[in-house]
Amino acid sequence: MHKEFVFAGFGGQGVLTAGMVLAYTGAAKDYDVTWIPSYGTEMRGGTANCTVKLSDEEIANPFYKRPDILVAMNKPSLLKFMDSVKKGGSIIVNSTIIHEMPEVEGVDIHMVPVSDIAAGLGNARSANLCALGAAVAVAEDIISIDDAADGISGYFTKIKDNGSNIAVLKAGYAAVKQPSADV
Amino acid sequence: MKQLMKGNHALAEAAIRAGCRFFAGYPITPQSEILEYFSWRMPEAGGSFAQTSSEIEGINQVLGAAAAGQRAITSSSGPGFTLKQEGISYMQSLEVPAVIVDVMRYGIGLGDIFYGQGDYFQATKGGGHGGYLLPVYAPSSVQENADLVALAFDTAEKYRSPVIVLSDAAIGQMCGSVELPEMKEFDIDRFEWALKGRDRHYPQGRTLTDRMYYDFGYDEYDKHERDRYDAMKENEQLWEEVQAEDAEVILVSYGISSRICKEAVKAARAEGLRLGLIRAITVWPFPTKAFQKYNGKASAYMTVEMSQMGQMAEDAFIAAHCQTPVYSMPTGRDVADSEDIIANVKDILAGRKEAF
Repeated sequence: MHKEFVFAGFGGQGVLTAGMVLAYTGAAKDYDVTWIPSYGTEMRGGTANCTVKLSDEEIANPFYKRPDILVAMNKPSLLKFMDSVKKGGSIIVNSTIIHEMPEVEGVDIHMVPVSDIAAGLGNARSANLCALGAAVAVAEDIISIDDAADGISGYFTKIKDNGSNIAVLKAGYAAVKQPSADV
Repeated sequence: MKQLMKGNHALAEAAIRAGCRFFAGYPITPQSEILEYFSWRMPEAGGSFAQTSSEIEGINQVLGAAAAGQRAITSSSGPGFTLKQEGISYMQSLEVPAVIVDVMRYGIGLGDIFYGQGDYFQATKGGGHGGYLLPVYAPSSVQENADLVALAFDTAEKYRSPVIVLSDAAIGQMCGSVELPEMKEFDIDRFEWALKGRDRHYPQGRTLTDRMYYDFGYDEYDKHERDRYDAMKENEQLWEEVQAEDAEVILVSYGISSRICKEAVKAARAEGLRLGLIRAITVWPFPTKAFQKYNGKASAYMTVEMSQMGQMAEDAFIAAHCQTPVYSMPTGRDVADSEDIIANVKDILAGRKEAF
């Protein structure tokens, strides 16, 4: 079992943190884990991304190559990474700010208004965790939504009550599992 | 218990647990998290932390602390590592054990903060003056950042030598699961040679200077140095082999590049191409013993490293003893790609790639 995730967006959208929560969750499940951020001039130019890999075997290459799951929080990130997504993989699109989705052959597209969902739950800054919940919904063979909720509690130890963060995570999960539900 | 840590943080925490109680250095990307971590953790562990006014001050403070018997460390990157070279040469002349970390970045001069592995020559060939050598460990994971910094202190004291941990920006910046070593404490007065106050045996106190002058009186000095380096070469080579036993072509790599080589070995094997890997864990002493097993048996070695021209390729060429041809795949500013590696290997087998 091996899964490759890319979380990408503007600096400040929390993509590095979303990836870190996933990596933390994977490490707690005893998977081999790598998390590697975008780095260098790219990081200083306003866009950010990280690659997270979880595996039950040793992970060799920590860099993205053929992600199973892409979380695209903005349009430039979507355009940059969408063609690298593995056939049969998934793209979680932040449809709050990305309204048009180009065709990507052989890949499941999930339009999830993660910013709207997070704001609707009174926790606008946790849109990244909403996107993480959506990503978990297409990666349940390696990580469950309850694992991810535990991951949030374990990672954000300085936050006394992660209830609101976990509610947003689960709303993102539900938006993929029951796309017709009113969110 | 395993925990998720950034490579630079794991290195710093493991150094503390290995009994290191002194850090002096200066911030520079991509090693700054090491200094940042020590800034709070070192005082917490009862040690001393100094952000010095320059790298030169940092390395010389470490020389001083180590001369007094303390486990001491400094770290830097790029041009900052260059500034430490004079101090490292002095440390080797005094035979002072300490650990110097270089989190490699790209380029000469100022270069840039991208990933890079261009400091191989500087680290392994005696980067300061006079032609000294010293053990150099090259971690390729967050776990090895922790394990090898702890081992580096032991090796440093075993030979009374400075030791380099040659990490890189990718290994330093990435996060992974890590099992940290147990906490150790050392008595600063455990060495007979270290500087102390006056006592019965040394009524004038102990002096520590270039060992050539007094301890060896010049004449025995060259032999003494040769014997030290020969012992390191004999005893300290470390490497990992991945499916090298039956390989037609063996990749030779270290650090971040070696991780991509592992991916390439797996992908090549899946298509029936017998590829293997020798991953150097010590880049000095270079793992020549691994080559002795495969020289004349493998059809080719190919080095994969992030430099403009091959650097490790020269050591592989020497280790291959003209019994197996060596090819070089320097990837410069780019991290290697496993498909490119396999394409290069196919070019070797088809006689389309020029040997190093």
